[in-house]
Amino acid sequence: MTSLLEIEGLRTVFRTHGGEVAAVDGVSLAVARGRTLGIVGESGCGKSMLSLSVMRLVPQPGTVAAGRVLLEGKDLLKLSDAEMRQVRGRRIAMIFQEPMTSLNPVFTIGSQIVEAMRAHDKSATHADLRKRAIAALDRVRIPAAERRLDEYPHQMSGGMRQRVMIAMALACSPDVLIADEPTTALDVTVQAQILDLLRDLQGQTGMAIILITHDLGVVAEMADEVAVMYAGRVVEKAATSAIFDDPQHPYTLGLLGSIPRVEETRERLLAIEGAVPPPFQLPKGCRFHPRCVFATGACQVDMPPLRMVAEGHEAACINAPVEAMVAA
Amino acid sequence: MSGALLEVENLAKHYEVKRGLLFGRHVGSVRAVDGVSFSLGHGETLALVGESGCGKSTTARLVLRLIEPTAGTVRFEGTDITQMRGEPLRKLRRRMQIVFQDPFASLNPRMTVGDILEEPLLVHGIGDKASRRARVNQLLGLVGLAAYHVQRYPHEFSGGQRQRIGIARALAVEPALVVCDEPVSALDVSIQAQVVNLLKDLQARLGLSYLFIAHDLAVVKHMADRVAVMYLGRIVEVAGKDALFANPRHPYTRTLLSAIPRPDPHRDTARQIPGGDVPSPMNPPPGCHFHTRCPFADERCKAEVPALRVLEGGHQVACHHAEALPAAPAAEGAAAMSPVAARRLELYASRRGRAVAEAG
Ligand SMILES: Nc1ncnc2c1ncn2[C@@H]1O[C@H](COP(=O)(O)OP(=O)(O)O)[C@@H](O)[C@H]1O
Ligand SMILES: Nc1ncnc2c1ncn2[C@@H]1O[C@H](COP(=O)(O)OP(=O)(O)O)[C@@H](O)[C@H]1O
Ligand code: SF4
Ligand code: SF4
Ligand SMILES: [Mg+2]
Ligand SMILES: [Mg+2]
Repeated sequence: MTSLLEIEGLRTVFRTHGGEVAAVDGVSLAVARGRTLGIVGESGCGKSMLSLSVMRLVPQPGTVAAGRVLLEGKDLLKLSDAEMRQVRGRRIAMIFQEPMTSLNPVFTIGSQIVEAMRAHDKSATHADLRKRAIAALDRVRIPAAERRLDEYPHQMSGGMRQRVMIAMALACSPDVLIADEPTTALDVTVQAQILDLLRDLQGQTGMAIILITHDLGVVAEMADEVAVMYAGRVVEKAATSAIFDDPQHPYTLGLLGSIPRVEETRERLLAIEGAVPPPFQLPKGCRFHPRCVFATGACQVDMPPLRMVAEGHEAACINAPVEAMVAA
Repeated sequence: MSGALLEVENLAKHYEVKRGLLFGRHVGSVRAVDGVSFSLGHGETLALVGESGCGKSTTARLVLRLIEPTAGTVRFEGTDITQMRGEPLRKLRRRMQIVFQDPFASLNPRMTVGDILEEPLLVHGIGDKASRRARVNQLLGLVGLAAYHVQRYPHEFSGGQRQRIGIARALAVEPALVVCDEPVSALDVSIQAQVVNLLKDLQARLGLSYLFIAHDLAVVKHMADRVAVMYLGRIVEVAGKDALFANPRHPYTRTLLSAIPRPDPHRDTARQIPGGDVPSPMNPPPGCHFHTRCPFADERCKAEVPALRVLEGGHQVACHHAEALPAAPAAEGAAAMSPVAARRLELYASRRGRAVAEAG
C-alpha cells in the first residue's frame, strides 16, 4: 500500500530565551488513501504541533526545523506560501476541538460557508454557492439545512457547530482530513454521531484521516493504524489491533490501564503517575523514565529509538516486551 | 430522622426567559430542574449522569443552596435547608463543598496555592496562623502535592494538579458532603484515572459522601455506589451501580451506555447511535421527554408523562414500557482483552502497587 501522506523526521521547535526547544522531535508517520491513522497521547505531547506543522500553520515563534512532509511524493515544506494556500483546503483540511474558536461569531453559518467556498471558486454566483452550502450541510446530516444557514454559531449546539466545521473542511473534497480532538468537548452521544459521520464520509470520498485524540476508545473505533506519542516523539506504532492485543511500550500500557471500562469489575484504575514534561524540561534518556514502572538504570542513559518488535510494529523501549524483562 | 445525609424531594428550578432589554417580554420558562427526588447516604457516592443541559449543575447548585429552588425541599442531616438564613446557613456551608469541572476557572490566578487553601479556613474562622499553615501542608499531602507547592501559582500546575488543588480546597473545612461537578470531564484519560483514584482514597479515609456529576457512564462505573440518570430536568432511572450496568431499564440509559467508545478494536461497531440533540428545555417534548429520540416510543409516550416507579430490587425507572423492552445487549462480561495485553497490565499493576507502597 503506497502512502498518500508521509511525514519524515519532522522536528518543530520554539526559539525561547532559554534556547531552542522541540515540541515535535523527529516524527515519521504515513497514511494511505481511505485509511485512518490515529495519533494518541496525553495533552502536551505535541499532537497539535505535529498537525499544524503538516499544515504549515505553526504559530510564532515556532518553526519546522527539519524533516519532510510528502503529499504524493511532493514536499509541502518546500512549497511557496501561495502554493501552500492551494494545498490547504483543497488537498488537506483540518478540524479542531472547539469549533467556536474557528467560526466567526458575528457572521451567519451560511455566509461563512459561502466565503470559504468562494475562496476556492471565484467564478460561481452567490446563489450557486448558497445552494452548494445547503448541500454541504445536508451531507453532514444537519436537519433543516436551509433554515440553519441563517443562524449564528452561538445559536447552535456544540455538535452542530462541529458538523458545520466538517462541512466546511470537506467543501473542496480534500484528500486528507486532519481532525484534532474533534469530539473531546462533546457528550458521548454526540461524539458517537460525529465519529459515525466521519466514517461514512470517508467511505464516500476515500479521503485519508489523521485522527488526533487522547481517548484509546475513539482510536479503537476509528483507526486502522495508531501512533502513540509521548513528549514530542512517537513511542509506539502499529496496526490498531496490534496496539490493543500486543501493547509493547509501557506508556501505551499506562494509557490502556487508565481507561474507565464499563465492562470492568475492578474499581481501581491503573493510571500513570505524574505528568508529561514540557519540552524545556525533558529528562535525559527515555523521556518516559520518571513515570515508568519498568524503568531500569539503562533507561536514564540513552534515548531509545523506535525498533521493530514484530512485523509492522515498532516500539521505543529497551525493555519491551515487559514480561521478558521481568522473567530475566 | 432517617439515616440519609441528604434527601432531595420534588426539587425544581425554573428560569423565566425574557426577550428585550428594558421591558422584557416573558417568552417562556426553562425547566432546568423539574421535580427531582433522591437521597444520599453517609459515605455513599451517588452519580448524577446525563448529557449537557439536562440540569445536573443546576441540581448541584440547589443542593448547595447557591441558588433558590422554585419548589421542593433539600434536607441535609435531617434539616430542611431551603429556608435557612444567617448563621445556620454559614455553618452549613462548612458541611458541604464543591469541586468544579474547570479547576483553573475556579482558582484565583493571583493567589498562591497556600493562600487558596488557607482562605476557606479564614472565612470560617478556623484556627490561628500556625495551625492553618499546618493544615495547608496536611491538605497538600492528602491530595498528593508537595509542601513546596505552597508558594506556587495556579498557572504553574498541570490540569490534573489544579484539580488536586480544587479538591484540597474543598476538603479544607472538613465537609461531610462534596459535590463533584464533572471533576474529571476536562482531563486526559490518564489524569482522569489519577483523580478518580484519589477521590476514592479520600472517601475511604475521610468517610466523605459524594454527589458525583458526570456525562460519562464509564467513569461512573468506577466511582459510584448508586446512579441516577437525568434527562431534561427529570430523573429517568435510579439504581445500584451493578443493577444499572447489568440491566439498564430506561432506553435513555441504554443510549448513553451504547455511545461509549469501547477500547476494543475487534468489537462490532454496528451499534445503535442515538439520533438528534437534547431538545430545548424551554420547549421540551410533551409526554415522555425522551420520545423524540426513543426507538420504542409509541402514541402513549407522546401524551402521557411516565412516572418514576419502583421495579424489583428497588430499581426505579420512568418509562411506560420498561417491562416490555427487549433485554439490554449483554455487557460483555470481563473487559475484552487479549491474554498478552491482560498479562502485561497485570505486571504494570503489580509494579505500580509496589511503587505506591514504597512511596507511602
Ligand atoms: N508558543 C509556544 N512556545 C513554547 N512552547 C509551546 C508553544 N506552543 C506550544 N508549546 C508546547 O509544545 C508542546 C506540545 O503542545 P501541543 O502540540 O499543543 O500538544 P498536544 O496537542 O499533544 O496537547 C507543549 O508542551 C506546549 O507547551
Ligand atoms: N441562569 C440560567 N438562566 C436560564 N437558563 C439556565 C440558567 N442556568 C441554567 N440554565 C439552563 O438550564 C438547563 C440545565 O442547565 P445545567 O444545569 O447547567 O445542565 P448540565 O449541568 O446538565 O449541563 C440548560 O438548558 C441551561 O441552559
Ligand atoms: S525504555 Fe525504560 S523508561 Fe523507557 S519505557 Fe522502556 S522501560 Fe520505561
Ligand atoms: S416512555 Fe416511551 S418514549 Fe419514554 S423512554 Fe419509555 S418507551 Fe421511550
Ligand atoms: Mg492538542
Ligand atoms: Mg453542568
